[in-house]
Amino acid sequence: MPYTVQIKVMPLTELLDPQGKAVMGAIENLGITGIGDVRIGKHITLQVNADTEADAKKVAEEAASKILANPVMEYFEIEVEA
Amino acid sequence: MKFGVVVFPGSNCDRDMQDALQNDLNKEVVMLWHKDKDLSAFNAEDCIVLPGGFSYGDYLRCGAIARFSPMMQSVIEFANKGGKVLGVCNGFQILCESHLLPGALLANSNQKFICQNTYIANPSTATLKIPIAHGEGRFYGDSKLIEELESNGQILFRYTDEKGNVTENGNPNGSLNNIAGIKNKNGNVFGMMPHPERATSFILGNTDGVKVFEYLQLV
Repeated sequence: MPYTVQIKVMPLTELLDPQGKAVMGAIENLGITGIGDVRIGKHITLQVNADTEADAKKVAEEAASKILANPVMEYFEIEVEA
Repeated sequence: MKFGVVVFPGSNCDRDMQDALQNDLNKEVVMLWHKDKDLSAFNAEDCIVLPGGFSYGDYLRCGAIARFSPMMQSVIEFANKGGKVLGVCNGFQILCESHLLPGALLANSNQKFICQNTYIANPSTATLKIPIAHGEGRFYGDSKLIEELESNGQILFRYTDEKGNVTENGNPNGSLNNIAGIKNKNGNVFGMMPHPERATSFILGNTDGVKVFEYLQLV
């Protein structure tokens, strides 16, 4: 059964995210107020063929931990859509 | 001792490395294609070099895809058997992604690609002028790792000012503890962001890179 898996990959919270910082500066320049911080990561969508939702998640977890995210600098969150 | 220089799609310092080793340092060099995996002609006295560039377009993360190429599987095996491996710039990033070296190279703290001469040094070398050219060279590891690298003497070079002082101003990219290059615990895998191969020729006005190869005992 096909599952769509959404994976969010973000820089670890303790790390400086220069990209987010630059965008934060641009938001301030725009005059938009109320935004305290910007952090930028990646969103990855996988099409997974698996028997169950749990299996789809397992495959995605393997891909995420082996290649899609680097645990030294990033964390990931996985969401499976039926 | 001979050198093998791995060519990935997107490598762009492979020929510079070959030219420096072959023509300036008089070493035998074999170019290695990333899709091959035969390293049987190399023994532990030899050195495999991962050159700079943008392997696989730096897609996903710098070095993340190169790490899974067929040749890298052989390079990892070679390194684990004690063979010497040097990664420069993108090569350093590939070594970190391959877990042959600890830590990671993050986007420069100023969010810019930096192409300039920098000064690097360590307690046993003079201050060397070596160029850098990278967007992701900010060395990072958790505090435990940094402590370990310091206490094991695994830091090859730090960014310094012109006089060799480890200062914030001498640090171009925000690397922790001004780290410009490290080695593994066994001392056979070396990674550095500065490009010694761009500074080995009198005609280019700088031969400090030769001292880097000498310090690493590769020439």
